[in-house]
Amino acid sequence: MTKEQIRDTILEIIGQIIPDEDLSNLKGDVPLREQVELDSMDFLDIIMELRKRYGIEVPESDYTQLATLDGSVAYLDPRMRDL
Amino acid sequence: MAAKKADESRIVVTGVGLTAPNGNNLAEFRQSLLDGKSGIQKINIRYMGELLAGVCHFDPLKYQKKKELRRGTRAGSIAIYCAQEAIADAKLDFACLDKSKIGIYLGITEHGTVETENEIYEIKQFDYDVKYWSHHHNPRVVANNPAGEVTLNLEITGPHYTLGAACAGGNIGLIQGLQMLLLNEVDLALSGGVSECTGSFGIFAGFKSEGALAFHPNPEKACRPFDKDRNGVVVSEGGCIFVLERLSDALKRGANIYGEIVGYAINSDATDFILPNAERQVECMKLALNKAGISPEDIDIINTHGTGTIEGDPVECQAIREVFGEHPHAYINNTKSFIGHTMGAAGALELAGNLPSFEDCIVHPTINLDHLDPKCPLNNLVINKPKKIDKVDYILNNSFGMLGINSVVIVKKIVA
Repeated sequence: MTKEQIRDTILEIIGQIIPDEDLSNLKGDVPLREQVELDSMDFLDIIMELRKRYGIEVPESDYTQLATLDGSVAYLDPRMRDL
Repeated sequence: MAAKKADESRIVVTGVGLTAPNGNNLAEFRQSLLDGKSGIQKINIRYMGELLAGVCHFDPLKYQKKKELRRGTRAGSIAIYCAQEAIADAKLDFACLDKSKIGIYLGITEHGTVETENEIYEIKQFDYDVKYWSHHHNPRVVANNPAGEVTLNLEITGPHYTLGAACAGGNIGLIQGLQMLLLNEVDLALSGGVSECTGSFGIFAGFKSEGALAFHPNPEKACRPFDKDRNGVVVSEGGCIFVLERLSDALKRGANIYGEIVGYAINSDATDFILPNAERQVECMKLALNKAGISPEDIDIINTHGTGTIEGDPVECQAIREVFGEHPHAYINNTKSFIGHTMGAAGALELAGNLPSFEDCIVHPTINLDHLDPKCPLNNLVINKPKKIDKVDYILNNSFGMLGINSVVIVKKIVA
């Protein structure tokens, strides 16, 4: 996957988890939880979806790296580029 | 004759919110019951294929966001819909109410079965590796879930819980609300019952293994209480929540009053896991009549529990004959013949469908009764067509459940 495809995938997963939110104007460098209604259970849904779809394990100590969209792409790029 | 009670000690129904397989509010539901309109359809059940069930068709997005739907349960969604509809029907100024004095008491037959089955099905795809088990599982399956989801949706901070009472749950939710009002624990009760059981293959399979799951080539003919060709239960989902308040409060705000709960009783068979007990049902009806301070001759409508099973229906008929005699004054009907067995919702839904009789003096029928089983002799059964009668002052509602739990509620017409 390219970085663009990873970003689209993350957005698609988030869109499933919080379907009432408009994700079209999300800023990449601002924490997601400051821009949309995304609580800790929703965040765990993202982690679960990455596990189910791609077998990616995100240890709890790395959760903060997924706080922003840009951070998520950077973190997932080495784990998803060969998918 | 019972001593006259103060208006503060009289509990009335001032709002009804419901979803049934044949109607999503009381007016629609009542019309279906008068028109003989069934709500039973074919449904595909995991591992089992095509079966018959009663499915509700309300719009869950009327009161919930998509995210709430994804996170919560079907029972929670049904409860939210019914609670919101009941509050609107009661014409309460909800924003001005003290939310800490509202209680939510919902009868359930079971809860968590659907969600547990779904999770096991989901992790089966991952060779039962439990790291794929959802973090949403526990809040979905806690027994208070359906009532708790209502508090989240409506920001109610008073007490909420469910009452596990098998298929007597709907009546028992109502009784609990009444008791909490009488104890002054709350000023308003949202009481009734809900069921999401059509989502569980286990419930269908359980009835099938008991030899008590109804089948018929025509879904609308499948639920046939008291008919000699009945062959079991039609599993259905549904919900019904009443707004209960003290008569004094209802009069003060000029509320529309559907009726007063004047009698109720709960008892236990203590004889069998599944099979009912006529003697205990008799005792339960008599206890409720005593509490109401009335005689069997005062009852105008009896809504039977009758589920359409071979074993259960004759027992209730025997109990009714013993309490009301061979030639009762009351007319007798059945709601499950239309909507199947809505389990935890049944007692509340079936009472709701009869409440308009106080106004129109029409008794809705029991349908699908083509050949009365000689083992179910009941005079005054209203069969297949509604019956207009002279007056309706009292309605008695039977609701019984597994493990031998019996419940009876009696509602009286309030004369304005």
